[in-house]
Amino acid sequence: MIETPGFKVLRAVGLTVLSLIVLLPLYVILVTSVKPLADVRGLFTWFPSTVTLEPYVQIWSTVPLARYFVNSLVVTTCATVLSVLLAVMAGYALARLSFRGARPFSLVVLSTQMFPGILFLLPLFLIYTQIQRTVGLQLNGTYLGLIITYLTFSLPFSIWMLSGFFASIPRELEEAAMIDGTSRLGALVRVVIPVARPGIVAVAVYCFITAWGEVLFASVLTNRDTRTLSIGLRSYASQQDVYWNQLMAASVVVSLPVLLGFMLVQRHLITGLASGAVK
Amino acid sequence: MTAHTAPPRAPGTGPAAGRPAPARPARRRRRSLLPYALVAPAGVMEVLVHIVPMLLGVWIAFLGLTQLNIARWVQAPFVGLRNFATGLDPSGPIGSQLYAALGRTALFTVIVVALSWSLGMLGAVLLTSRFKGRGVLRTLFLVPYALPSYVGTIAWAFMFNQRDGVINRILVDDLGVLDHRPFWLLGGNAFWVTVVVTAWQFWPFAFLMLLAALQNIPDSVYEAAAIDGASLWRQFTRITLPMVRPANAVLLLILSLWIFNQFNVPYVLFGPASPPEATLVSPLIYQQSFNNWNFGVGGAMSVLLLCVLLLASVLYVRLVLPQGRSVDD
Repeated sequence: MIETPGFKVLRAVGLTVLSLIVLLPLYVILVTSVKPLADVRGLFTWFPSTVTLEPYVQIWSTVPLARYFVNSLVVTTCATVLSVLLAVMAGYALARLSFRGARPFSLVVLSTQMFPGILFLLPLFLIYTQIQRTVGLQLNGTYLGLIITYLTFSLPFSIWMLSGFFASIPRELEEAAMIDGTSRLGALVRVVIPVARPGIVAVAVYCFITAWGEVLFASVLTNRDTRTLSIGLRSYASQQDVYWNQLMAASVVVSLPVLLGFMLVQRHLITGLASGAVK
Repeated sequence: MTAHTAPPRAPGTGPAAGRPAPARPARRRRRSLLPYALVAPAGVMEVLVHIVPMLLGVWIAFLGLTQLNIARWVQAPFVGLRNFATGLDPSGPIGSQLYAALGRTALFTVIVVALSWSLGMLGAVLLTSRFKGRGVLRTLFLVPYALPSYVGTIAWAFMFNQRDGVINRILVDDLGVLDHRPFWLLGGNAFWVTVVVTAWQFWPFAFLMLLAALQNIPDSVYEAAAIDGASLWRQFTRITLPMVRPANAVLLLILSLWIFNQFNVPYVLFGPASPPEATLVSPLIYQQSFNNWNFGVGGAMSVLLLCVLLLASVLYVRLVLPQGRSVDD
């Protein structure tokens, strides 16, 4: 838009309002996380009576947070790596190779995205039970079961975005490599993937965020040993007393990995979307 | 990493090998197994985790499945349409909840999508112009999306606390707009709290997609319009909206589906059982299946939901998407 004085006023007001909407909860989380317990037992105060880092120390002993953290990290990282790998392969095939069944494949994959998790939850639980019964492979309550589930959740969007991204890369790049004697797979690994890095990174972040924040399947498919952060954080509230300062401190700690990752790649995410998904 | 899933191939069968003319159209190439090898892993996972469970979900709706026989569910008795009679009967106690929840969820979706889209569009338009601090604000606006959903929701639950939450502090003590402290997480208010929290989490996604779409509009178009004397509003309705239309078609579909299927926000706000006035469809099915152990009834409700979503999406794709991006380009 062209910057007339009217637009500048509108911009200042609009951006202030949006910033306040975003900042209020973030401020509440941060300020509560450095308050002593006495402060969070009464009416909310805008500032702590004394700033303390004690909640950040106590969170590790009140509930087995480290355990939950490791669980989330293992499950989310594996799901992300596998999901990106499968999406790169399928996305490339859809973008570059013509084959019978390409269109039904992408339609079916994409359409699974529209159904809520609740439709899959119980059947998946039953399938996992049955697999354990017949093959002896335990999937309920194990990392493996959750990894398989999460990697599939982000697949449709990832495939769709990456195939758009691959399609926007000039064909000549790979063709040049293939004339030089590289196989198609070699061209994919050595030429296309490096060029598509922004899109791949964006997809990886999307997968990570999706799995890190998942609640529904984690509530049924995990047990005491494999519980992830999304369910584990509830433990601060199910004690006799809600330790709001600790809950907020734990919230900060569990958000940091995704927030940092997100900030490092957000530029890629926007370019990735601009050239891949929204065109 | 990529190579190990593809079958080993003789060097001569690669699509470009042995033919000196790479410009030959793709259709003339010899049929290769490579594309199938590349899509197979993703396909297998989709079938295992999405397609089979969906079919099994339909089958479950015809079984008498309880917590007693769930461990041996393969032997659960076939009960015909009994679950549908219980779960989908508009005059029955359970069926009536379902239809109320469907209506409520539709309303919820319309409000939250409208809110998220408007905020996202406002942010995207304002941040497309160049000024100092733009990068910081862009990052800030994306934080609610990057934040784990349960973290944002827990914070809001804390803020909406009746006795000492910050919302009542602002409304009652700081601004004096209200003279009593409402219970936000109970009754009808709980619905509006769910709206606020969900919109807070989803508007950055609309912002992100629209920002990306706006980047593809060249500045010169606006400059030309401004020289012709077009007002800001006119530039928005005549240039911005039509130019982002393809992106919009996809964005609105994705947003609507995510919000209609919302489970996280109510689950974290209210626990496994939402207040009746705020119960959305996904949480209702969860309650039927896992709180009341009515797995079959939950299954029957799921089948209805499946049909509703299929119908809505087919209608949407038929009516709106042809002008947008087709799925496989």
